[in-house]
Amino acid sequence: MDATLISLGLNPMPAKIISMVIICLIVLIAFVTIGGVLTVVERRISGFMQARLGPNRVGPQGSLQWLADGIKLILKEDLIPDGADRTLFKIAPYFCLIGVFGTMVVFPWGSGVMVADLNVGLFYFISITALVVFGVLMAGWSSNNKWSLLGGMRAAAQIVSYEIPVGMGLLVPILFSGTLSMGGIMAVQGWAPWEWIVFQSPFTVMSFCIFFIGSLAEANRTPFDLPEAESELVSGYCTEYTGFRYAVFFLSEWANLFVLGGLTTAVFLGGGNLPDFLADYTFLSVLVYMAKVSVIIFVVIWLRWTLPRFRIDQLMNLSWKYLLPGAFVAFLGQAIYMLITQHIPAVQTTVAVLMFLVFVFILIRFFIRVRVNMREQQIPVNSPASDVPLT
Amino acid sequence: MLIDFANVFLFAALAIGFVALILAVGKLIRPDNPNPIKKSVYECGEIPIGPGFSQFNMRFYLVAFVFVIFDVEIAFMYPVTVIFRDLMSSGWGLLGFIEIAIFILILMVGFVYAWSQGGLDWVRTLSSEK
Repeated sequence: MDATLISLGLNPMPAKIISMVIICLIVLIAFVTIGGVLTVVERRISGFMQARLGPNRVGPQGSLQWLADGIKLILKEDLIPDGADRTLFKIAPYFCLIGVFGTMVVFPWGSGVMVADLNVGLFYFISITALVVFGVLMAGWSSNNKWSLLGGMRAAAQIVSYEIPVGMGLLVPILFSGTLSMGGIMAVQGWAPWEWIVFQSPFTVMSFCIFFIGSLAEANRTPFDLPEAESELVSGYCTEYTGFRYAVFFLSEWANLFVLGGLTTAVFLGGGNLPDFLADYTFLSVLVYMAKVSVIIFVVIWLRWTLPRFRIDQLMNLSWKYLLPGAFVAFLGQAIYMLITQHIPAVQTTVAVLMFLVFVFILIRFFIRVRVNMREQQIPVNSPASDVPLT
Repeated sequence: MLIDFANVFLFAALAIGFVALILAVGKLIRPDNPNPIKKSVYECGEIPIGPGFSQFNMRFYLVAFVFVIFDVEIAFMYPVTVIFRDLMSSGWGLLGFIEIAIFILILMVGFVYAWSQGGLDWVRTLSSEK
């Protein structure tokens, strides 16, 4: 883009800065739109899973509901409770948003489509997301509310505990690819599933599971949504927030869902890689990437309506006593595996293809079981409650 | 390459600007008539007793402590991990692995100690607290 601006008669430096600002604005608009649309998508999918409709009035299939919600929240009165720490109360949402929006700098939108391919990409990624903890803790502390304080403390303890399994889980792909940059990690993978990092060895599968569970907890998704446990803590750290400040918390939470899917796709699931003869079509690569992200997001929403919420001691046990030792094992195992198979690439390929076949087998088995269960229960999917036999 | 890092500050500045702008626009059009009931702290309809800045469980502090130690250790592991493939191709792979293993072993000693002392248990009963 700066080449176009230079040809219009600008000096290289101002041209670079202007193009950076324009790109940043485009990303900001895309970010807000994706965060907003995801709130509607989640509500629609939840409606589908609970045999109800969900929002379907504003725009086609309710697709503009997020804009209506946003405008309503801007028009709401902005209340700050008595006795609250006004400065901290006001700046807390900014921290949450920067923590999530900052990841967009290294976020890959497809092969070679990213704002800046920093050479410390992944490291930057996990450090900037740590800002969310500050926002949550500030919001909880400054509200002068007991629910908020408890919610903020829980959120901080949870995010902090799960940051270690996530960091350890990411070490295995880095070990495999030998680079920290997002573009580099995508480049070592191929288009075919057995060339993705996740299927490289049993240890990469292990680290993928650890990373995925950990990032669910970091994004405060069910079954780890203790900070906002509605039935216990009203609304957790954002109990006292109203209007647009409240919307910022929720925007960053849903955008975080997208970031989670994007990071998982880029690091473990081959990013937007295409077969060689299609490699020139950047648009296709973005499309493939977004399709993978959508699948991840759907799985995350599906998990929300499948698993019940954890208790806080179970949550802490899972992180410290299972995921963390597991991550150590996966890391050392992958290092040993790479050392042993260093000079025999045929073994690596065979193992990768085998892992992929096992995955396909499990997937087919799962769908067969679901079909059998549905037939045995004799209940049509999405049928009204009155049709269900009471025995 | 170095100018790419300017993006980080640019993105942070724009995120702040975006929220501040919408809040400023909102200030012009949203109602603003607070009263004592509205401004009181929400406690499910009850009149709140005492300030909200109450005591909280000591566990949260302990978790934060263990976290700081582990997070620093993991930050140290990233550089070694990145160059491990280079080490392997230049024939130093085994040495690199042994060094990482020793580092993790030291980390594990601390981890096992914290575990055995009950630092990782959320619920502690009196009988386990000797």
